[in-house]
Amino acid sequence: MISKKQKEAVTINLDGKEVEVPAGVNLIEAAALHGKEIPHYCYHPQLSVAGNCRMCLVEMGTPMRDRGSGEPILEEDGSPKIGWVPKPVIGCATDVIPGMHVKTDSETVLDCRESIMEFLLVNHPLDCPICDQAGECRLQEFATDYGRGYSRYEERKNVKPKRTRLGPRVTLDDERCILCSRCIRFCQEVADDDVLGFVDRGSFSTLTCFPGRELSNNYSLNTVDLCPVGALTSSDFRFKMRVWFLKETPSICPESSAGCNTLVSSREGEIYRITPRRNDLVNDSWMPDSGRSLYKEVRSEDRLTKPRTDGQDCSLEDAIGAAVAALSVGQVGIVGSCRSSLEEQFLANQLAKGIKAQKFLRGHFGDDDGILLSSDRTPNLRGTLLSGFASAYPKDNLSSLALALKKGNLDALVVMGEDLFESKVDADSINGIPIIFLGTHENATSQLAKVVLPTLTSFEKSGSFVNRNFFLQAFRQSVPGPAGLLPDIQLLSRLLNELVEESFQGSDLDEIWEDMARPASSPLKSLCFSDLKKGCVQLDGSKWASLPFVEKKALHYKPASPKAAKSS
Amino acid sequence: MAKTVVLERKPLSLSERTYLPQILTGLKTTFTNMFKEKVTLQYPEEKPVLPPNYRGVPTLVKDPNGREKCVSCQLCEFVCPPKAIRITPGSVPEDHEDREHVEKAPQEFEINMLRCIYCGYCEEVCPEEAIFLQNEYSFSGYTRDEMINDKAKLYELGGTLPDDHYKWDKKKEAEEKGNPH
Repeated sequence: MISKKQKEAVTINLDGKEVEVPAGVNLIEAAALHGKEIPHYCYHPQLSVAGNCRMCLVEMGTPMRDRGSGEPILEEDGSPKIGWVPKPVIGCATDVIPGMHVKTDSETVLDCRESIMEFLLVNHPLDCPICDQAGECRLQEFATDYGRGYSRYEERKNVKPKRTRLGPRVTLDDERCILCSRCIRFCQEVADDDVLGFVDRGSFSTLTCFPGRELSNNYSLNTVDLCPVGALTSSDFRFKMRVWFLKETPSICPESSAGCNTLVSSREGEIYRITPRRNDLVNDSWMPDSGRSLYKEVRSEDRLTKPRTDGQDCSLEDAIGAAVAALSVGQVGIVGSCRSSLEEQFLANQLAKGIKAQKFLRGHFGDDDGILLSSDRTPNLRGTLLSGFASAYPKDNLSSLALALKKGNLDALVVMGEDLFESKVDADSINGIPIIFLGTHENATSQLAKVVLPTLTSFEKSGSFVNRNFFLQAFRQSVPGPAGLLPDIQLLSRLLNELVEESFQGSDLDEIWEDMARPASSPLKSLCFSDLKKGCVQLDGSKWASLPFVEKKALHYKPASPKAAKSS
Repeated sequence: MAKTVVLERKPLSLSERTYLPQILTGLKTTFTNMFKEKVTLQYPEEKPVLPPNYRGVPTLVKDPNGREKCVSCQLCEFVCPPKAIRITPGSVPEDHEDREHVEKAPQEFEINMLRCIYCGYCEEVCPEEAIFLQNEYSFSGYTRDEMINDKAKLYELGGTLPDDHYKWDKKKEAEEKGNPH
């Protein structure tokens, strides 16, 4: 047996063609590399192999050898004689071996697929008009590709419970389940919360939670994504919108520094769901449930939608004018945010340099679940280091700002979305100091601010975040922002151009990237924003290796300095 | 290059020059039609008899049990060429009386008759036989809002049509007599 660690290539014969594939992969992956689809339900590249759906049956054989001499046995025409395995084998559990012959579209294989489809559909209800999976359902797809097209089954179909609540976020339709066990394996292997299992036998087999347990872990909605049919449905997305209406935009989850790759599905400017996007370096195919509900903040009631000065709604021009007036005298303090994109942090840093402002920053920390929810609950803390906004690791509060205010050093404050009063800053110490608030949602600070410039959430703008592995990843605008609002980078470049003489800061992402990548010492050197389209970019974070990053060992992440992680 | 052929016009004969035969032929047609059966209708006092399969205003229908047939699969919304249909899907609570075995139904269903082109695709695509283009053809209103049919209006226009399937009854029967789990 070839171990999976070996990367060498082996040659196999795929449908009569000699092809090279990496050693150690199974037949499904090997065929996929050469554009041949072997249909499958239970196999998932990031889960263990179960081999119970039988959809990936293929024919397999090896060149025959003489038992005595070991000489290859040849056909009459001189080609090696192939000893075909008498019955088809499952592609998911068969790894490639050198010289192996595989048939993926022979008559036997097609017949197998047709029969397996017929068995799977025997008890499957005709729910497609109301099923949320319709349109992205493997059963629908393979039934049209490989099924017989009509049903020979005249007996009664099994009736099973239609709306079982498996957990707070997952609803199960038992009739639709094809017993692939992907969800069970996910709970055992990835979520580490073994709560699902099959009970009963044969066609009465039913997916259930173990008695007294429920599927309530923070990764439960991944089972919905994994489900090849519509059996597991998200209670939040259930019956909300048909999937063929949804436009999918690649994005990055702003929940924590894990930086899960996501797809944001929206229709006509409204987001309906967030699903994980496969990235084997960052999040495999998973993401936490908590990150999936973040789209609700886009339409939340406390969303800031109108610019304000002194508590009165005003035009954006007036608000920017008032902000410029307040910031052009005295010592300014800028409270940055680890939730801003790298480009915004860069502009905030340029602004701080230009008007010689003091910089403050706070981090937001929580518990680490060791998978994809890291203890750093901001998406871009490392971006503040890269952009030069911060040089030290931020604390969980703004005590340095409180100190500066107490001393009376500051005459005006720019706050990027943070709530000062949650960060150990006294309301009294701010007395009389004008606050320019740039943020998406109302908080105590925005209510007290002299000027409020509403900004956009990460779903409404493009930019990039740097995750815990120093992977630079881009997110794209999926829905338009509220009418009349400008993206953060445009607001910041306006402020920069008005306040700092001789500064011509462009407000376009590409222009900002040109400026960011210009310094020879920049870790972003020779990069541009469009490079991130292809995927994440590994940056050199060794310069900051000594900082006490709080993240713990997790999926695809190892703390760079174990000492620092322990001491925090 | 096509060749141009010049055709000589023949001179008119005597009878042609008098125009009389032509006038008489015309009068003959007029008088024959005067005594034939009338083909015009005194619309709007008189209404035409519509052929079967006539495509009038799209409506939603209920089954003879008075149950809503539409399950808001949104296929009509998808197929509608002028995008006249707009559905807000909704789920039916499990304990809803008279709605056993129904999981999904439209919360709101709008057809914008200013956009509708009466193509009938919605009727054709409907997997539940819930939408029909019936015989109403002179739909009008004084404002734009009046021309948008909401769910209540669509059911009022649609009424009840005979049903071959009784889907919900079958589902109930399946649960009672099927292979209960």
